[in-house]
Amino acid sequence: MTWLFLPILIAAALAAYVGGRGVARRRGDGQRSHSRPGQHGAYALIWTALPALLILLAASVFSAPIERQLTSSGAPEAVQQLEPFRRAAFFADARAVGAGRPAVQIWPAPYAELLPAEGQRAAHIALMLEIGAGTAAILAGLLGALFVFNQIRPGMRARNRVEGWIVGLLFVCSAVAILTTVGIIASLVYDSMRFFASVPIAEFLFGTQWSPQTAIRADQVGSTGAFGALPLFAGTFLIMLIAMTVAAPVGLFAAIYLSEYAGPVFRATVKPVLEILAGVPTVVYGFFAALTVGPTFRVFFNEIGALLVGGPLDGLGQYLMLVQNQMALVAGMVMGIMLIPFVSSLSDDIINAVPQSLRDGSYAMGATKSETVKRVLLPAALPGVAGAMLLAMSRAIGETMIVTMAAGLAARLTLNPLDTVTTVTVQIVTLLTGDQEFNSPKTLSAFGLGLTLFLVTLALNIIAQRIVQTYRQQYD
Amino acid sequence: MTDATVTPAIRAERLRAGLKRRYAREGRFRLYGLLAIGVAVGFLLLLLGRIIEQGHTAFYTHTVTVPVYMDPARVDRAYPQGTNFELLVAEQQLARLGVVDDAQSSKATEMRGLFSSELKFASAARIQNNPNLIGQTVPIAAPVSDDADLYFKGEVSRATPADQRRLSDEQIAWLDRMKASGLVTAHFNSGLFTRGDSTEPELAGVLGAVVGSALMLLVTAFVAIPLGVGAALYLEEFAPRGRITDLIEVNINNLAAVPSIIYGLLGLALFINWMHLPRASPLVGGLVLALMALPTIIIATRSSLKAVPPSIREAALAMGASKTQTVFHHTLPLAMPGVMTGAIISMAHALGETAPLLLIGMVSFIPGIPHSFGEPTGALPSLIYIWENASERAFHERTAAAILVLLAFMIVMNAAAIFLRRRFERRW
Repeated sequence: MTWLFLPILIAAALAAYVGGRGVARRRGDGQRSHSRPGQHGAYALIWTALPALLILLAASVFSAPIERQLTSSGAPEAVQQLEPFRRAAFFADARAVGAGRPAVQIWPAPYAELLPAEGQRAAHIALMLEIGAGTAAILAGLLGALFVFNQIRPGMRARNRVEGWIVGLLFVCSAVAILTTVGIIASLVYDSMRFFASVPIAEFLFGTQWSPQTAIRADQVGSTGAFGALPLFAGTFLIMLIAMTVAAPVGLFAAIYLSEYAGPVFRATVKPVLEILAGVPTVVYGFFAALTVGPTFRVFFNEIGALLVGGPLDGLGQYLMLVQNQMALVAGMVMGIMLIPFVSSLSDDIINAVPQSLRDGSYAMGATKSETVKRVLLPAALPGVAGAMLLAMSRAIGETMIVTMAAGLAARLTLNPLDTVTTVTVQIVTLLTGDQEFNSPKTLSAFGLGLTLFLVTLALNIIAQRIVQTYRQQYD
Repeated sequence: MTDATVTPAIRAERLRAGLKRRYAREGRFRLYGLLAIGVAVGFLLLLLGRIIEQGHTAFYTHTVTVPVYMDPARVDRAYPQGTNFELLVAEQQLARLGVVDDAQSSKATEMRGLFSSELKFASAARIQNNPNLIGQTVPIAAPVSDDADLYFKGEVSRATPADQRRLSDEQIAWLDRMKASGLVTAHFNSGLFTRGDSTEPELAGVLGAVVGSALMLLVTAFVAIPLGVGAALYLEEFAPRGRITDLIEVNINNLAAVPSIIYGLLGLALFINWMHLPRASPLVGGLVLALMALPTIIIATRSSLKAVPPSIREAALAMGASKTQTVFHHTLPLAMPGVMTGAIISMAHALGETAPLLLIGMVSFIPGIPHSFGEPTGALPSLIYIWENASERAFHERTAAAILVLLAFMIVMNAAAIFLRRRFERRW
């Protein structure tokens, strides 16, 4: 809502620019001015718009939590005693009733009477906050304009000041990257801490039972839930392993062929194809895995099973007959295919970075191309290739859609590729989609999983980048 | 000395044999490389071929046009929406086919199952517009039900045992007779592109998701491109070498490799639970995708800024331009084609991103077409996920069709990027 002030702000900023330019022209008449009128105008624009913009930005970030705090702290005793989640629902309904709409939930005796009055109070607080933010923004703009218009004179170094502000603004842009990281860490750690308050870290990391279904409300009958994430880590690891078994050799060989054997025409046709493969959204891979690869594999294994039943391998046959569409093998293989272009383009860069002199030396000794690749290029490129593989592993661990659509939900501690397994990312999606109460351990456990995932992928990325960097420097 | 017994002839023979082995190894090695590329290319062809094969049938559909006698005893003049048109039509259709219904009207129920619910809405709308039609016979056109559509497309076969298909023998016979009498026509499925999502496959379309994705990308572009270009300009042109700059650079490289689902968690915690922005809205989706796209845009912009030769900067500075003027009047305009190419490619990537959208609530069923940035909406990739999960078989072909639509948008964006690069990029 605060952003309704934005058009006013833009108009004011434009007015400040035109005004500043005009004033500078008038005051600088006949004298030699340090900066051009337009630069004075830009300076006026910055001082008019920036303070107001900052206030609007702060208001849009902080007004929701402040509003929540104010409405609940002034509420009657009964409302304050509600759980945070229920309280939010109460105020949502209160505001609906205050605005003349029906309430979403049916509220019992003490709350039902409170609804209209509380709704009006909440709406009043929201309005006050908005008016407050708007007034503050307008005041800030006026003060800024007053400050800057007094300063305009021929000797003022408007250009340098404007440029200083521009550089500052660019710095803020790049600081957003840091803010994003801080935001990720803060949100993951904050909610994980709340989760670990009810489930000990050791139980989470080493427990072998994962069944996050808890009772939604305290009075409901239901299980208490178990939060041992080991089966999820095992499933993630298994699928990553299968994916890397596909992606590592295929990607590496493709890169070797492209950089050492392929002619320019072949390269120019195959590279775009690999780029297309890399650009296909993962949800498309997931669709393909779930509806084509999965059923094909199931039929294949079931038929083999049918052949084996009754023979010496009867047990295996029985097992194969029961294989389902969703298995680790399907998700892992399709993910491996998805990673091929990633591995091959990274390895391609790395192999190309090996100096030509090493190749030439090997050829001069009479080695064939494949001997050169195996005995000279790969050993020389080994650290870089290892780094590339680590990056691919980190991608495989964090990949979500393929496993969500093709791996399944059964949390099982197994290394059998034909079993249905589940992964960390699948569980995050499952826990956070569907009906949920935000503060239950079930929902919060998703943030615990997210934090684990973030830390593991971060570690892999940092190690990989280190390796690749040292490797690059070696030949620079 | 063993060498004494090895005559030159034997040595040459050994060498030849060794050479043969080595060349064979060389050939095999080369073959592995070709095989690897074959696997990748073959898989791409298989993937696309399979999706086209599954999806092409969704682009046409069947409409049935039935003459409806607007029985004055059954149609409510004041409130036509309340009339059970489906039953009315089914009974009239049964009478026309000469089928006698039983006391439980089970045949009428079966007949009703062949039409989509659009029949009811279309009839009610006709009566509402012109109440004088009551008592007359009016032709009403509506899509056939998803099962009937699949039958006409040949995906339900009579050969399947009756208990394993969703249409009874009788229903199939009725469909054949209706088709023979010319009531059923096949045509291009324009509804797929003009409707929002629906629980009934025959009435479900991608328009709502396409509009939702477009609104989201608009937010992403407005947030990520200025921020990303600004950050890249600072790091490449202004930043003093130092600890803070190093920290920012390491940060950006790591952010580029953070799994997308983590950005979904960030969006959920920050934008929805903390800032109380509307759930599943294009605003929140766009902001999350913007944070994700930011590192890619920064990296692309930096490399195209690096490609501008220093001589340009030096010339501008020598003519008395300030550092800022040099950057904004000379370096940035020259780097612009590269910047736009990188931006478009990262937007195309953002368009296909699914996982973070699921976490910010875009998994729920949203039937309408969004009109603003603040209301709940779907997006193309999340629609694909939702349809893939749907149990009706008719959704499978539509999922593949939605994928084709998504891929078409991505191809257009990438083609635009390639065009920009070819047309405007300068090499020094």
